Amino acid sequence: MAKELWKGNEAVAEAAIRAGCRYFFGYPITPQNEIPEYFARHMPEHDGVFLQAESEVAAINMAYGAAGSGARVMTSSSSPGISLKQEGISYIAGAELPVVIVNMMRGGPGLGSIAPGQSDYFQATRGGGNGDYRTVVLAPATIQEMTDLTQEAFDIADLYRIPVLVLADGMIGQMMEAVEWKKPKARKLPAKGWATDGTKGKREHNIINSLFIDPKDCTQHNQNLQKKHDLITQNEIRFEEYLTDDAEVLFVAYGTTARICQSAAIKLREAGVKAGVFRPISLWPYPEKELYLCANRGCVKTVVCAEMSMGQMIDDVKIALNGSKPVRFIGSGGGTFPTSAELMAAAHTALEGV
Amino acid sequence: MIHEIILSGFGGQGIMAMGKMLAEAGMQEGLSVNWLPSYGPEVRGGTANCSVMLSSEPIVSPIVLEPTEIIVMNKPSLLRFEPELVSGGIAFINSSIIEIPATRRDINAFYVPCLDIASELGNPRAANMVMLGAYIEVTQCLHQKTVEKMLTHLFTGAKAGLVALNKEALRRGAACILRAAC
Amino acid sequence: MAVVYQRSKGLTETEQHFCPGCTHGVIHKLVAEVMEELDIIGSTVGVASVGCSAFAYNYFACDMQQAAHGRAPAVATGIKRVHPDLAVFTYQGDGDLAAIGTAEIVHAAMRGEKITAIFVNNAIYGMTGGQMAPTTLLGQKATTAPLGRQKDLHGSPIRMAEMLATLDGCAYAERVMVTDPASIAKAKRAIKKAFTLQLAGAGFTMVELLSTCPTNWGLSPVEAIGWLKENLVPCYPLGVYADRAEQKEEAAK
Repeated sequence: MAKELWKGNEAVAEAAIRAGCRYFFGYPITPQNEIPEYFARHMPEHDGVFLQAESEVAAINMAYGAAGSGARVMTSSSSPGISLKQEGISYIAGAELPVVIVNMMRGGPGLGSIAPGQSDYFQATRGGGNGDYRTVVLAPATIQEMTDLTQEAFDIADLYRIPVLVLADGMIGQMMEAVEWKKPKARKLPAKGWATDGTKGKREHNIINSLFIDPKDCTQHNQNLQKKHDLITQNEIRFEEYLTDDAEVLFVAYGTTARICQSAAIKLREAGVKAGVFRPISLWPYPEKELYLCANRGCVKTVVCAEMSMGQMIDDVKIALNGSKPVRFIGSGGGTFPTSAELMAAAHTALEGV
Repeated sequence: MIHEIILSGFGGQGIMAMGKMLAEAGMQEGLSVNWLPSYGPEVRGGTANCSVMLSSEPIVSPIVLEPTEIIVMNKPSLLRFEPELVSGGIAFINSSIIEIPATRRDINAFYVPCLDIASELGNPRAANMVMLGAYIEVTQCLHQKTVEKMLTHLFTGAKAGLVALNKEALRRGAACILRAAC
Repeated sequence: MAVVYQRSKGLTETEQHFCPGCTHGVIHKLVAEVMEELDIIGSTVGVASVGCSAFAYNYFACDMQQAAHGRAPAVATGIKRVHPDLAVFTYQGDGDLAAIGTAEIVHAAMRGEKITAIFVNNAIYGMTGGQMAPTTLLGQKATTAPLGRQKDLHGSPIRMAEMLATLDGCAYAERVMVTDPASIAKAKRAIKKAFTLQLAGAGFTMVELLSTCPTNWGLSPVEAIGWLKENLVPCYPLGVYADRAEQKEEAAK
């Protein structure tokens, strides 16, 4: 199929429509405004609903209501707005509803900046809402990957009845790249017999709910959620290795930063330094074993974790490596990014340290 | 082959559109492409810039820090981006409104009076297409034909009349480079 | 033997948790009877909120969703947009609708969202144990206003039916009480009208029901009824505050 030039924000919206999403609730915030704008223009063509909510809080709860009614639904925002959605995400996880959420991250904390950032890693993977819950977190690095993952996100959400977060940054949202539209691998998805679409007098009433007032019931609920999380960890880990076979210094990075690391790795190799990049694509479930194996099967001497933050994913890198390799961090928060020259220098320093 | 281009100027000079045309044409010729705009408050205010990458290899990092070419449509853009040009790089300068020359000795500069040429053609807004024509003529990174074909898809209906104007703007931009070479 | 009274089919057989003398149970019954009379139990989705109304999802026989505190109108919006053919109602208390969820209810009304808000106003936080509500009366004691609500410190009671009635999207807003057979019958008519108008696509509809909270008012059930009539009603006058469906009909004439 022919390639088309797509802007990230518009591509993620189009991917949702192609995945059968017909309901979008959102609120304006830079740098993701082209997402609601795209839905506003195109949902009517598909008999879908675009609604600009009064707040991110309302938008995520509209998504709750729509998902509970059996629909494929999306909401999107950028960092401060995603903070506002955390309550709703916790309820969606608790009520086991399939919702796809997009975060085009910008610099933080607070209002921060509108430049691209990766400082919502903790919020995304640890959960900014209350309770023992997980959201599947998919972190694309290119627009092509974002369109593929966004379509798949709806299947994952429906299959496991879990919120799925597409975690990108303002740069990916704003840039244009070539996209070849592909359908995700077909999965067998369960019917939504639990949805509140009216009993029609033919069944007991359905209840969408995250309240289990008896602690024994709530404990059982948590155990059930944990089983689901374990299953997802078994089935949904995604990662990519780049020039890792003979790498002596291994970058670990996701999204845009991983691409800068790839550039740095190429330039390091031109300078005679064997560098590679391990790129987690699913940030939860984290490719823990896969990273350990990658760092320990060959000639890796040292690991450099790079982020557009002051150091968040590095916790997972350390957990994964479990002390087996020295780990250094290079990063830049607030809306700037480590340059490929800085990454190369970090790699040199790391190698000198071993 | 890799071109890492920064395009910069006032809002309204068609900077973003020029960048998108380059990226679209590159994609149609089978290159890996990336278009990355600056966004945010400064775009609302006045200056606009974007970067474009055209590469025969898959593009990894989308960030252009050391451009191989800059296309600058106003003076602040020249002042800002000339220092960033890679040694041996090329500056394309809108000499209709930028009255100063490039200062570096290790780069090439092409002075394109693109606004004057577009005005001669009867539409100053086509200055970006004149510049694009000049850029392609110098770098030979794309075929002018590819861009011309795109124009017929871009301007349809009530805007179809703009196809001829923009094609002519591209040709005049290229011609002005050829003349300079003679 | 003829059946003269029975549980509405709109209610499940789950035993309700409400305190003696609380009028939530009456209001549940009225909503259930309206659904039954309109024959929409199978085509209604209710949204329970947070507070004493939280367990409404166990009591109503229609499909139910439980919303986060204050967010019921947003959840109801999501449901209604997916299923425009279903009746959708929220069941919210004064803390939920008039404090934490003010934005959601105002904007649902502003959009003319075709839902019905059942607003139970008892001027106190019941579930959490007697804290001050935005509808608590001046001078009324609450655990978080031990000396009574003071205008300078806490502001004055908020009148939601009047407020929402100012919005063009609000097709119907009425305040009623459920203290005696006559007022209960009137309240039921209001709820029925709200649901009927919703189904006719008139816009946002709400019924505010003045309700008792003997436990947190520190009164017996009978005293609570008297206190409601003597104190709540003067501050929250009963009546119809918006009936834009009627206006439309009149305009058509």
